[in-house]
Amino acid sequence: MQQLPYLSLITFLPVIGLILILFLPKKNDKQVKYIAIFFTGLQVVLAGILWNAYNYAAGGINDPKSFQFVEKFTWIQFWGGDWLGTVKIDYFLGIDGLSMPMVMLTALISFIAAISSWSINKSVKGYFALFLLLDTGMMGVFVALDFFLFYVFWELMLLPMYFLIGIWGGPRKEYAAIKFFIYTLLGSVFILLAIIGLYLSAKVPLGDGTQVFTFNMLELMNPKNYLQDGILSAVNPSNLRFLAFIALFVGFAIKIPMFPFHTWLPDAHVEAPTPISVILAGVLLKMGTYGILRINYPIFPDVTVSLVWWIALFGMINIIYGALCAMAQKDFKKLIAYSSVSHMGFVMLGMASLTTVGVAGAVLQMFNHGTITAMLFLIVGVLYDRTHTRGLDDFGGMANQMPVYTGFVTVAFFAAIGLPGLSGFISEAFVFLGGFSNGVTRVLTVISTLGILLGAGYMLWTLQRVFLGNLNEKWNALTDLDTREYVMFIPLTIIIILLGVYPSLMLDIMNSSVNSLVKFLTVAKTSYTSIGF
Amino acid sequence: MNENLMINLSVIALFIPLIGFFFTVVLGKRIKSMYLFEILIISAVMIISALLAFFKLAYYTDAVFIAEFTWIKIQNLPVFGDFSFNLGVKLDNISVIMLFVVAAISTLVHYYSIAYMKGDKRYNRFFAYLGIFTFSMNGIVLTHNLLMMYIFWELVGLSSYLLIGFWYEKKSASDAAKKAFLVNRIGDMGMLAGILIVFFTFHTFTFDEIFGQVASGVLPFNSEFWLTMMGILLFCGAIGKSAQFPLHVWLPDAMEGPTPVSALIHAATMVAAGVYLTVRIFPIMTGDALLFVAVVGMLSAFIPATIALTQTDIKRVLAYSTVSQLGYMIMAIGVGSVVYGFFHLVTHAFFKAGLFLGSGSVIHGMHHEQEITQMGGLRKKMPVTYYTFLIFCLAISGVPFFSGFLSKDGILAATANFSIFTGHWLIPVAAFSVAILTAFYMFRLLILTFHGTPRNQHKYDHAHESPKFMIVPLVILALFSFFFIFSPNPISAENGWTLSSWLKVPNSVVPESARYSFLASAPADGSSGSLYTHEYVESSHHIHYYVLFGSLLLAGIGILFAYLFYQYRKLNADKLTGKITPLYTFSRNKWYFDELYQSTFVAGTMRLAGLLAWFDSTIVDGIVNLSASVTRIFSRISGAFDNYVVDGLVNLFATLSGMFGLILRRFQTGRVQVYLVFVLFSLIVLILTFA
Repeated sequence: MQQLPYLSLITFLPVIGLILILFLPKKNDKQVKYIAIFFTGLQVVLAGILWNAYNYAAGGINDPKSFQFVEKFTWIQFWGGDWLGTVKIDYFLGIDGLSMPMVMLTALISFIAAISSWSINKSVKGYFALFLLLDTGMMGVFVALDFFLFYVFWELMLLPMYFLIGIWGGPRKEYAAIKFFIYTLLGSVFILLAIIGLYLSAKVPLGDGTQVFTFNMLELMNPKNYLQDGILSAVNPSNLRFLAFIALFVGFAIKIPMFPFHTWLPDAHVEAPTPISVILAGVLLKMGTYGILRINYPIFPDVTVSLVWWIALFGMINIIYGALCAMAQKDFKKLIAYSSVSHMGFVMLGMASLTTVGVAGAVLQMFNHGTITAMLFLIVGVLYDRTHTRGLDDFGGMANQMPVYTGFVTVAFFAAIGLPGLSGFISEAFVFLGGFSNGVTRVLTVISTLGILLGAGYMLWTLQRVFLGNLNEKWNALTDLDTREYVMFIPLTIIIILLGVYPSLMLDIMNSSVNSLVKFLTVAKTSYTSIGF
Repeated sequence: MNENLMINLSVIALFIPLIGFFFTVVLGKRIKSMYLFEILIISAVMIISALLAFFKLAYYTDAVFIAEFTWIKIQNLPVFGDFSFNLGVKLDNISVIMLFVVAAISTLVHYYSIAYMKGDKRYNRFFAYLGIFTFSMNGIVLTHNLLMMYIFWELVGLSSYLLIGFWYEKKSASDAAKKAFLVNRIGDMGMLAGILIVFFTFHTFTFDEIFGQVASGVLPFNSEFWLTMMGILLFCGAIGKSAQFPLHVWLPDAMEGPTPVSALIHAATMVAAGVYLTVRIFPIMTGDALLFVAVVGMLSAFIPATIALTQTDIKRVLAYSTVSQLGYMIMAIGVGSVVYGFFHLVTHAFFKAGLFLGSGSVIHGMHHEQEITQMGGLRKKMPVTYYTFLIFCLAISGVPFFSGFLSKDGILAATANFSIFTGHWLIPVAAFSVAILTAFYMFRLLILTFHGTPRNQHKYDHAHESPKFMIVPLVILALFSFFFIFSPNPISAENGWTLSSWLKVPNSVVPESARYSFLASAPADGSSGSLYTHEYVESSHHIHYYVLFGSLLLAGIGILFAYLFYQYRKLNADKLTGKITPLYTFSRNKWYFDELYQSTFVAGTMRLAGLLAWFDSTIVDGIVNLSASVTRIFSRISGAFDNYVVDGLVNLFATLSGMFGLILRRFQTGRVQVYLVFVLFSLIVLILTFA
């Protein structure tokens, strides 16, 4: 039986929803919302089906045969003149243990964000149309295996995000939106340069035996495919490879966001409406680290191995700098935004360890941070919806006024602190264990443990300022959570606890891929000629 | 009862409190009597642990039962191959005794709280929190590996946070909760670093496997120095959890929690977890690491004892006393007397829980008055509380016939013996002087609270004895403070059942060159031999009687002076403090530790945070905005250039051609005569030119 094109389905389902929404007459706001929730919900179901059918043993990474749910056919093919030869771009989708968790995360967070968007009342049709387009872009990034296609999805996600912040945002929305847009676009330019460089450096045989340039990521991971004199040739490596790595890395690092490219994040978060913050922190940031793991690592294993100390260093800076900045914030949402900077540092530290435990910790941290931060932003949103303020000093004693809400807050905060039994602990512990196992990153790892102290510091202080103490009389009419908010919080809470108690659920998915990646890099360490940086 | 059943029972004892927590937290609002569920559960845990302790100690005295399962399995490249994170329980004498102590005190505190917490608006939630505490504490006690220890270590930190901040409307309570959690995290960072070394070196977290590897010569980074460091780093966890110097500052503040919590968590059990951890890792502690432990213990025994002398809050005195006694235990382990360290943990758990519950009874009877300056003469109003309190005071002061004497005497003897073998004389000196101080401040507390005449007649008139639910636990604890629970001989525990057959710890596995000279290796045939060399044992018998009389004398002196100062008023405390004002204020202000930490670490971090936030928004983001502005200026310039120069040129050409057009238009008159004139004129010019 022919397998259904699951990945295309999960990617383009939102587009169907989008078309439906566009055809609905105006004034049907409720229906629009139901459609969006329905289609994102369907995505979750599909992600569940994928998970069910997923083969845990397949490694992926650079081996096309062990990718799953692969769809591959020629998308664009034309004669590009004597110099380029036949230009061939594939529609090439597939997932492995790196992307599977991200696909699940994207489906889940989009669904939660769609529910959270219920309170949007300004040009609802436009909002949900863009929202669904964004969803497609995000999903596409995680399933694309052709570089060109990847780039298309990468850019596709950018534009809706710009409008979602710029139109439905807060008072300084124009500034935040344009800053986000230009910053990310700058990154895209770097990525594009590297893509072009790579494209012109490697050739693979076409069906009829002619050699053509390729956008296929997996082919680009094989040093044998590179031309002897290609500018980014892996056979005959030059310093340009190093530059191309940096270009790609910076492009992705802006998205993580890595210090010092992180300042768009607090602005974007503060101005974005709650569901968009949830998506931004929950999914978009992961694209940066995903990109590095999927593209930088296996395509430039030689450069990667020589630069891991630097990646770990920036990871450490993110952890500590982000935590200290968070500590000084007076705006609840900004504080959470900086905590994201800090927590994404753990991902970088784990990646840099080049051990299975560390990298698995990094990927797990990507997933866990997605769920935990999503919950944190929802928490801020609940409070902001009711009070229209986010000042940390404007509250106090919320625990008495909204006890159930405070219960969820406590779970989320302690998960962010890395309390054992909740998901954040496992990923942080794995990152530390991996980072310490590698002599190169050992000292940086030990310094990074300071992050668990600082993290607890700002989180508990926030908990105290907002929720403990005597109730600020201004807020004595606030109501506790309503049903819709329960629906957002409960699944996230369950996942956070479940992955804390039984992390193998997620670790088993990624283990063999992470292993392949680490093995690939370890082999590369010995087989590549060093470029001498 | 067989091995499987025991393991299963211990797992049940571990998990049912968690179930209780979950249901009580969820249903606590709806079902008024939900707390009874917790009471039921803790009673079950109590019965199970009593059964376990009885069968284990009576029938399987020398056996160790371990059961484990694989929690996470992962291939770890490139360091080593398949790796399993195992979770499991280990039932040896140490863990079943500890489990019983925790369950027993926890049960008493639960019953006590029924009366003490009556009328609190979060009554059920209080019991729920006690449930999650019992769960996490049992986890620490039962675990057979370091990682699981760390997991539950953090979880007791959570329950401690929740319970200290139970009355979170008070700023002081939420501050104290936060402080406790953060200070503990400092210690935990060290412990985590130690665990990282363990993982990297031994590829396992299980205690027994680590011991086995060290015994066979596997050392971290192949050096004894790093073995020492590993031990010290792991011990950092204990410094935090057991409130040892220099991280002791959180415990006195933790008294903001309800008094039953102070008794259970911040006196008897959770704070003893640090001691428990140190007992567990004792076999891999090198001599240098143990010396570090001993010095930390010594300082922690001494400094808080001097602070307790001048405090006037009944619970704070007890808190400092707790730190001091925990210091004793840690010091005992540090000088190699790990058995007495653990023994003191057990005896202390009962009488210190009793002291706190007694103080709770006083506070309850005095309608939430904690200052001893407002008390006095309560003996007649609260007789049961008084007599039990007296028993606890005698026990902690180290008076014969009480449990505290047995354990404390052993510790003092061990420190003396230690100095004989190593020459570190300061440790016994400190240990003995703390014995005087302890006796003194405990009886000061007793006298000021219960003896003499009331200092606040109004409060005294309204004082009353506490209800039965609070009195009965006190009596039971008092019973456990007598010698006969632990040994038939009232002045020595050496041959009692507790020490001679129950308390067994593994021998040191550290390479001989790195270990105390008096610690013996395990016999090669695997039988259980003495922890110490023959000479050490001889010497300890030899000095025992000197120490015994010495410690008796010191306790006597301490008590005597307390009576002279506060009961008989032969000596005037105020006059004395007047003479040594600087010392008095120094002690009264707790050696200014809080101020020191506040002004350095806390203020430093906050200032750094503020600075970085400024740096972030002004410099880092400034550069971003600057580059945006620069780009905008460029675009304006190029816009102007485009407008004036490029477009100007175009327009110039246009204008010029326009002008030409205007001029040339003049010639386009449309009249043939004029054209003819031009043609002729041009012809003439051409002819003239070429001719």
